[in-house]
Amino acid sequence: MRVKEKIIEGLLLLSAIITVFITVAIIWVLLSESVSFFREISIVRFLTEKEWTPLFAEKKFGILPLVSGTFLTTFIAIAVALPVGLTVAIYLNIYSPGKLKLIIKPVLELLATIPTVVYGFFALTVVTPFLQSFIPGLAGFNALSAGIVMGIMIVPMISSLSEDAIGSVPLSLRDAAFGMGSTRFQTAFKVMVPAASSGIVVSVILAVSRAVGETMIVAIAAGQQPRLTLNPLVPIETITTYIVQVSLGDVPHGSIEYKTIFAAGITLFIFTFALNNISFWVRKKYQEKYD
Amino acid sequence: MSKSYKLAANDVNAWYGDFHAIKGINIALEEKAVTAFIGPSGCGKSTFLRLFNRMNDYIDGFRLEGEILLDQKNIYKKDVRVDELRKEVGMVFQKPNPFPKTIFENVVYGLRIQGVSKKKVLEETVERSLKQAALWEEVKDKLHKSALALSGGQQQRLCIARALAIEPTVLLMDEPASALDPISTTKIEDLIYELKNQYTIVIVTHNMQQAGRVSDHTAFFLSGELVEHSKTKTLFTSPKDKRTQNYITGRFG
Amino acid sequence: MTNSDLNRYKDKAFQVFGICCTFLGLIVLAVFLIDILIKGLGRIDWDFITSLPSRRAMRAGILTAWVGTLWILVLTALIAIPLGVAAGVYLQEYARKSRLSDFLEINIANLAGVPSIIYGLLGLEVFVRQMGLGESLLAGAFTLSLLVLPIIIVTTREAIKAVPGSIRDASLALGASKWQTIWMQILPASAGGIMTGVILSLSRAVGEAAPLIVIGALAYVPFVPESPLDEFTVLPIQIFNWVSRPQEEFLINAASAIIILLFITFLLNGIAVYLRYRQQKKVKW
Repeated sequence: MRVKEKIIEGLLLLSAIITVFITVAIIWVLLSESVSFFREISIVRFLTEKEWTPLFAEKKFGILPLVSGTFLTTFIAIAVALPVGLTVAIYLNIYSPGKLKLIIKPVLELLATIPTVVYGFFALTVVTPFLQSFIPGLAGFNALSAGIVMGIMIVPMISSLSEDAIGSVPLSLRDAAFGMGSTRFQTAFKVMVPAASSGIVVSVILAVSRAVGETMIVAIAAGQQPRLTLNPLVPIETITTYIVQVSLGDVPHGSIEYKTIFAAGITLFIFTFALNNISFWVRKKYQEKYD
Repeated sequence: MSKSYKLAANDVNAWYGDFHAIKGINIALEEKAVTAFIGPSGCGKSTFLRLFNRMNDYIDGFRLEGEILLDQKNIYKKDVRVDELRKEVGMVFQKPNPFPKTIFENVVYGLRIQGVSKKKVLEETVERSLKQAALWEEVKDKLHKSALALSGGQQQRLCIARALAIEPTVLLMDEPASALDPISTTKIEDLIYELKNQYTIVIVTHNMQQAGRVSDHTAFFLSGELVEHSKTKTLFTSPKDKRTQNYITGRFG
Repeated sequence: MTNSDLNRYKDKAFQVFGICCTFLGLIVLAVFLIDILIKGLGRIDWDFITSLPSRRAMRAGILTAWVGTLWILVLTALIAIPLGVAAGVYLQEYARKSRLSDFLEINIANLAGVPSIIYGLLGLEVFVRQMGLGESLLAGAFTLSLLVLPIIIVTTREAIKAVPGSIRDASLALGASKWQTIWMQILPASAGGIMTGVILSLSRAVGEAAPLIVIGALAYVPFVPESPLDEFTVLPIQIFNWVSRPQEEFLINAASAIIILLFITFLLNGIAVYLRYRQQKKVKW
């Protein structure tokens, strides 16, 4: 009996420990391949060259164009998702009667479950032609429509995390604001949003992290042309798209082209890892404040 | 010594983290009698009760010094198996906590985990335990219906039946009637009166009338200390300690 | 206009804006579903579902893709559910508050934030190359299992947390061991919540394309996979491949395949919502 209990506990512990192995394996895989990449290409070149053409005859290894492409689509996505998501959160929490919330929330959650490849199709075949009808010079692949659609995808994430944050502000604060004759608008922006600010910040950081790592929408709709630009109307390439592009071709294992996807991967990993940990840090400070 | 002591505590101290919850308690509890633990909220009476079946073991930061004796054996010794101990020392909790299963399955749970699966044994146990808990007549036709459909008082008697099914010798009751209406409370009290012929019962309560009605002995706790322990009648009519007197006359608590 | 009028005006204006934003999601979803249905519904027939892929759009079908998706779904479930539930049970029921448990918790939160394409790079090196599984269903299922593991762990913990402590006390007080209590009381009582999380995570796995592309799953697989070691494709990759082609006919194929994919994900989500609803209705503590 006792032995059986111990064995079971051991197996359960092992399952929990496996999660640590996953992290170790991710870091080891990314490091080992990119170390051998950086043996051939100096980090300085990687960080300062302004072109990224590892698949061409004349190879350039500057990551900046991929980073700028990633930054551009992420920025557009957040520019769409933050105002819309936050407004939805405030509206659902402060304005809307309870029943509406019960209908709206599951519908928004449904948006979050649609596979990203489907969003990519939407961006390419609906949003781009629609935008082209009034933005002359918008290319068939561009950062703008990929970014907008990515923003729509992220709205549920921001709205539901922010709504949780606003919902966890003590009701007494809200009643105090109403009690002094504030309108709902004033209560929302002068009392609730500031009080929930750290929770809202966390939702935005996590949304940025999600947008940075998003792959299929940009791979389908934003193009495959690494370009150091902030122009949203032309084709660009993100870090994630580049990894997909190389994976679809037949680049020989061990070649420098093969190693580039790990160098790109570790760059991406560093961004998202940093963003996630900043969000944990903010959340932890926030909890201490309220306890 | 003519009386036999079923349970005893020798120099018991207990902590939750830094909080000193039980302070140097010595006590001996008589067999086949009802002892009531009384005292204001947070005085340590429930914590002390839970020492007798080691329910505090899983709480983070819990620490114990001293001895708890069941039949003169220290139950905190290394070779004591907690599951065996708990078959000997049953417990009923403040709020009725039936499992979300049928009435039948609730009663036989203790047997099932011991590996008993003979239908006849299980059925006999259910009938015996439910009769002991004065619930048989009310539920005998719906044994295979959900226990959650019963009323609060019935649920609590079911929990008592469930504890009795594994034939313990001691029954610990942590404010068993505090969540119930007056009629259900009376039923539980009558039941305790019946059961003390066979079991050693310890009941925590902060209802002093209840302590007076059901118990043979009463122990008064305050801030983790045992202030006074004597025959119930004596404690309520001529308390030795000023603090006991203040409490039973309602000056604080 | 007085100050108070202005305030009231702002309040109303924001209300209108709020309604617009809230219904934006609804409208986008509607536009999008209608668009997909118009484009794709006409192309769906028995041939489309039972045909192998082809270079000619009108003859191409999704047989290999949906069979691959089904394989991936089952294999991922077999790998990820026991592992994730076990880890969740350990963290919620056994782990005492310590540095190790804090570290495990932060680590899992971090894993949940790692982009899916990075899991693809992990799978490529570890499963495809080091373990020699090749570009097989098994390598894909392992990769996706690691991807959804954090979701299953977190929802398992949430579901267990929702079981009242009094149930645990009752079981322990009757002489049950810790594992007996977990197995006979806690897991049955939290099964609904755990299943909801598991199904949501599987619906996530079904929609993933990026990590599978990285481990080398191909769009063009001319045969139906028959064992976990066969090469494969899945619906999202097939859709990606068709979307990437310039010809209009392939876009129509993509729309049709999307209808099938959405049907599967919405079905899984529907089951999850139903389970959650039933659980809430069934047990009132």
